Amino acid sequence: MAKRSAWRESLVETLAAPVMAIAIIVIWQVSVPLLGLSEFVLPTPSLIAKRLVTDFHLLATNSVYTAFEVVAGFGLGVFIGIPLALAIFYWRPFERAMYPMLVALQTIPKIALAPLLVLYLGYGWGPKIALAFLISFFPIVISTVVGLQSLDKGLVNLVRSMGSNEWQTFFKIRLPAALPSVFGGFKVAISLAVIGAIIGEYVAAEKGLGYLQLQANARFDTALNFATVVVISVLGVALYFILSLIESRFVFQRELAK
Amino acid sequence: MNAISSDLRTQAGAAVKINNVSKTYETRGKDDVHALDKVDIDIAPGSFVAVVGPSGCGKSTLLSLMAGLIPLSTGEILIDGQAIRKPHPKVGVVFQTDLMLYWRNVIDNVLLPVEIKHQDRARYKETAAALLEQVGLKGFENKMPSELSGGMRQRVAICRALIQEPGLLLMDEPFGALDALTREQMIMDLQAMWGRVRNTVLFITHGIDEAVFLADRVLVMSPRPGRIDLDLTIDLPRPRQWTGIHENKGFQHYVRQIRETFEAKGVLVEH
Repeated sequence: MAKRSAWRESLVETLAAPVMAIAIIVIWQVSVPLLGLSEFVLPTPSLIAKRLVTDFHLLATNSVYTAFEVVAGFGLGVFIGIPLALAIFYWRPFERAMYPMLVALQTIPKIALAPLLVLYLGYGWGPKIALAFLISFFPIVISTVVGLQSLDKGLVNLVRSMGSNEWQTFFKIRLPAALPSVFGGFKVAISLAVIGAIIGEYVAAEKGLGYLQLQANARFDTALNFATVVVISVLGVALYFILSLIESRFVFQRELAK
Repeated sequence: MNAISSDLRTQAGAAVKINNVSKTYETRGKDDVHALDKVDIDIAPGSFVAVVGPSGCGKSTLLSLMAGLIPLSTGEILIDGQAIRKPHPKVGVVFQTDLMLYWRNVIDNVLLPVEIKHQDRARYKETAAALLEQVGLKGFENKMPSELSGGMRQRVAICRALIQEPGLLLMDEPFGALDALTREQMIMDLQAMWGRVRNTVLFITHGIDEAVFLADRVLVMSPRPGRIDLDLTIDLPRPRQWTGIHENKGFQHYVRQIRETFEAKGVLVEH
C-alpha cells in the first residue's frame, strides 16, 4: 500500500511539468476561436506547428546563420575571456586596472551598441558576432575569475608540499576546481549570445532568424513569426544542452560532494 | 574496517635539526606578528614527536616552515643535513582537513604526489592499494571522496602522504576536524600504522592525551611568540593500549606535567 502511493507520487512528479505544458497549449488552442481572435493576432498552436513543418527549409537555413553568429560570438568570448580571466587572476596590477573597467563596461546595455556596431562593421556577420561576443564575454570572464579565486588555499599548500610548480598546480588543482564555475558562466553566456545575435539581426540583416521575424512582421505573417520564436528557443536550448553534455563529461560538480 | 593488517614497510626515518628558528610575519600597516621565537629542536631519526600548544602559538607555522611552504626569518632547518628552502621530497604532510581533490577517486588522490613528481603511476598503484588496504579501505579505491566518511577521507590523506615513503611525516592537527569517536579510532590506528612504518613523525595537536599516547617525546609550546616551554620524553612501553590509558599512572603523570605548564603560562585557567 505504501509502495503503491510512493509509486503514484513519483508518477505525479514526473508528469507534472508535461501535463501543465500540454494543458496550456490546449487552452490556447481552444480559446483562440472561442474568443473570436483572428489568426493574425494570435495564431493557434496547431497553425504554428503546421508552419514549422511547411516552412522547415526557410527556418532551417536561417537557423544555420543565426547559430553560426551565436557560436562565433560565444567562441570569441571564450578565447578572449579565458586568457583575460587568467591575467586578472595571476597579475594583481592588471586586476586593479582591468576589473573596475570591466564592471563599468558591463553597466552599458550591450544592445544599445547594436546600431553603432552596424555603423562600424556593416551589414554582414560582423555586428551580430560582435554583439553576441560582447554580451557573452562578461559572464565568461567573471565566472572564470570567481572559479579560480574560490579554490581552497589548503589545496594549493598540499600540492606545493609535494613539490608542485605553478604549472602543475594550475592543471591539477586550479583548473578542475574552477570548471564548475566556468561552465556556469558558459551556460549563461550561450543563452545571452543568442539574444545578442538576434538583436543584431533586428538592427540590420539579410539573413537569420531575427531577419526572418522582421520579414514575417512586414507581411503580417504572425504564424511564421511565432514559428521563428519557437525555433530561436530550440536553438538556445540545443546550444545549452551541448554545453551541459560537455560539462557532464569533463566537470565534477562539488554539489555532489557533501 | 579499522584493523591495520599486514606489513607496512619500515622506512628510514629522517633526522631533523631545527636551529634557532624564528618567524615573523610582516603585515603591511599593522604590527608584525612574531610567530616563533628562537626555536631549537633536535629530532632523532625514527622518533615520534608531538607538539602541543594553544591556538596561535605558532605550531602550525613551525610545520609550514618544515614543509618548506613559507620562508624562515632566521635560523635553519636541516632534514638529513639538508637545509630546507623549498618543499623537500622526503617530507609528507597531512593537514587538518583531508584536502581531497573531490573530482578524483580515492586511488587517484593517493597517487597525486607520484604524478606531481613525474614518476611512474603504474609502479605506485600497487603500493597505493596496499596502503589503502592497511587502513581498512580495501575496495574503496574507485569511490569518490564524497562517498566516504570524514575519518575515511583522512585515512586516504594519510595514505597519500605515505605513498612515497617519506622519511619525515608532518601531521598538522590531523584529527582536529573529526568527531570524538572517530578521533579515538584514528589515534589507535595511527599508533599501529606508525609501529610498522617507524619513520620520523612530527605531530601537531591540541589534544594532550593523544600527544602523550602517541609520542616518544612531547614538546609544549607557549603562546605567541612561540617557543618550547617543556620537552618531555614519554617513557611508556609500546604498543600502548588506548583503552584504559587514562588510568595509567605514568600517563597521568605526563599529562599533569603538561597541564601544569599550560597553567603556569595562563593557557589553562581554573575558576
